[in-house]
Amino acid sequence: MITLGLDIGSVAAKGVLLAPNDKWQVVVPTGWSPRDAGQQIIAELTRSASLERLQIDAIVATGYGRISVPDANKSITEITCHAKGLTSLLPEVRTIIDIGGQDSKVIKLNESGRVIDFAMNDKCAAGTGRFLQVMAQVLGMDVSDLADAEDPSETVSINSMCTVFAESEIIGHLAQGMSRGGLIAGLHQSVAKRVAGMAARVGVVGPVAFTGGVAKNTGIRRALEEELKAPLLTPEECQFTGALGAALLARNL
Amino acid sequence: MKTFHDLRDKSLQELLDGRKQGLRVVGTYCAYCPKELILAAGAVPVSLCGTREEPIPAAEEELPRNLCPMIKSSYGFAITDTCPYFALSELIVAETTCDGKKKMFELMDKKKPVHVMQLPNVQDSEAALKMWAGEIQRLRLRLEEQLQVTITDEAIWEAIRLVNEERQALKAVHDLNQGNPPLLPGLNLLTASWTVKFASDQREVIRLANQLVAEKRAQAPQAKSGKPRVLLTGCPVGIGSEKVVRLLDELGADMVAMENCSGYKTLDIVASEEHKDPIMALAEKYLKIPCSCMSPNPHRLELLKSMLHDFQVDAVIDLTWQACHTYNIEAYDVERLVKAASLPFLHLESDYSTSDIESLKVRIEALLEMTDK
Ligand code: SF4
Ligand code: SF4
Repeated sequence: MITLGLDIGSVAAKGVLLAPNDKWQVVVPTGWSPRDAGQQIIAELTRSASLERLQIDAIVATGYGRISVPDANKSITEITCHAKGLTSLLPEVRTIIDIGGQDSKVIKLNESGRVIDFAMNDKCAAGTGRFLQVMAQVLGMDVSDLADAEDPSETVSINSMCTVFAESEIIGHLAQGMSRGGLIAGLHQSVAKRVAGMAARVGVVGPVAFTGGVAKNTGIRRALEEELKAPLLTPEECQFTGALGAALLARNL
Repeated sequence: MKTFHDLRDKSLQELLDGRKQGLRVVGTYCAYCPKELILAAGAVPVSLCGTREEPIPAAEEELPRNLCPMIKSSYGFAITDTCPYFALSELIVAETTCDGKKKMFELMDKKKPVHVMQLPNVQDSEAALKMWAGEIQRLRLRLEEQLQVTITDEAIWEAIRLVNEERQALKAVHDLNQGNPPLLPGLNLLTASWTVKFASDQREVIRLANQLVAEKRAQAPQAKSGKPRVLLTGCPVGIGSEKVVRLLDELGADMVAMENCSGYKTLDIVASEEHKDPIMALAEKYLKIPCSCMSPNPHRLELLKSMLHDFQVDAVIDLTWQACHTYNIEAYDVERLVKAASLPFLHLESDYSTSDIESLKVRIEALLEMTDK
C-alpha cells in the first residue's frame, strides 16, 4: 500500500510518501494557498518516487490547512497525526510538547500510544514561535540566532506573558543596559514557563518528546527541561512527524 | 419537529394578540424561577435569557467586557429594546444566582421593574429551605400586587400539576436519545428545549412533546449509528449560542444529551404533589436544581454520572462561557468524573462570537478522534 500524508501548517507544508519499504519527504512554504501547497507536495513526491498519482492508495491531510486539500481522502487533526507519527519513531513517549510558529500543544498518550488528553494554545502568541519572532525583531536579530546568543548564567526574568507588554519590558531592560544574552535566556524561560504551565494541566508523564519548529532552539529546550525537570527527546526530522502520522493513518483507510 | 421550530413565532403572535385582551406576561431569566406561581396568577412566563451576540456591543457600553456573554446579551436586549418578549413583560423575576447576574439586575431594574428572589447557595439545609420558601411566598405577594389578582393555593396546585406534566413530557423528548440510534439530532434537541421557553401555553408544549415522541418512536430507524455519542455540559446554550452543538453536527458526532439547564438538568425534578403547602412543594423542587451557583453542588456530578450511563456517552464536552467562574471551577470535578469513567473529556471556554470557530473545531475534532468511532 502506498500512502501520502500532508501536514499543511501556517508557515510550512510538509509531505511524506510511504511505500512498504520506502519513504520520501518534502517541505515547501505554505504561501497564500494551502491547496496549491498540497498539490505541489503531491507532485514533488510522486516525481521523486517515480510514481503516478493514481498509484497512491490514500491521502490524509492534517494541520490548519487540512480541509483545503481536495486531493485528500480524509482530514485528521494534527493532535492525532502528531501522536501517531511520533510514537512510530519513539514508541515509549507518553507526553508530546509541540511548539510551532502559531500555536503550541501538549499531547498525553497512554502505554499503547493512544491520545488520552491534550491542551492547545492558539489564541495568544505567548508560548509560541511567534512570541520569539517578535522579540528577536526587538533585539534586531534573526530568530534562528537566539539560541546561540543566550547567556543562562545571567537570566533576566521577563514577567509579561503578553507579547505587547513583553516587548516594552525588553526595551526597558535594554535601555537599562542589561545583558542581551541574559535577556534572551529570559525570553526562552518565559516561553518554557508558559508551555510548562499548559503541560501541567494535562499532567506530564515521562518520557517527554519535544517537537515543532521551535524544538530546534536549544535555548528553549534547556529552559523547558529545567521547568519540567525532565529530559526531552526529539526524533530526527521532527518537522515531519505530523505528515508521517498522516501517511501512517492513511494505511487504515 | 417543524412545530417546535415554529413555536416561538407562533407564541409571540398569540402573546401580542392576547395582550390586547388583557393577557399578562412576566419575564424570567433562569431555571430557578418558580414559573408555577406566574401561571397560577393567570399570566404567561417567558424566558428572556440572552443567547445572541447582536446586543452585546450595546451592553458593553455599560457593563464590563470581561463578563459572561449570557449576562451581556440579556442586558443588551433589555436596553436596546430589541427583544419583543422583553417589551411584552411587565415584570421581571430574577434570582441571586451568580454575582454577574445579580449586579446586572440592579442596573436592569432602572429600565423595568425587576423582582429579585434571594436564592440561598446551599441545598441540604433546613434554614436555606425555609428562607427559599419565604422568598417564594414573597414572589407570590409581588405577583398578586403587580397583576392585581389573588393567587389561591388551589391555583398553585393546578400549575404544579401542569408543570410536572410538562417536565415529564420534555424529559421523554430528551430520552429519545438514550438508545442507538439516537432519535433526535443535537440541533433539534436544542431547538426543542429552547423554543418551549417562549410558549404561551404549557398545554401546547405537552401536546407537541408527546406528539414528537410518538412520531419519532414510530419512525425509529433500525440501523445503529456509528457516530461518537457526545454529552454537552456546562453553561446554558440556546439558539444564537449554539456554535458547539453545530460544530458537533458538522464534524460527524451525535450530540445525544445536554446536561446544562437548557437541557436535562431540571427535567428530572418535579414538585411533590403530596405536600400540604404548595409553597413548600415549590421550594423543595427548585432548591434541588444542581446548578454551579450552589455550593457545594454534588447533585450535578450524580446527574452526570447517571447520564453517562443512560445515554451511552462516548465523550464529554464541558462548555464554560467566558468569565463564568462557577462553571469554570466545577470543570475540574467534572473532568475527574469523566476521566474516571475512562471517557475523553474536553473543556472549552468561549463566548458568543464566531472568532474562535477554527480553534474550537480542531479541539472538538481531536476529541472525536479520541473516541475511535
Ligand atoms: S446556569 Fe444556573 S444560574 Fe445560569 S440560568 Fe442556568 S440555572 Fe440559572
Ligand atoms: S453562565 Fe455562569 S456567569 Fe453566565 S449567567 Fe450563568 S452562572 Fe452566571
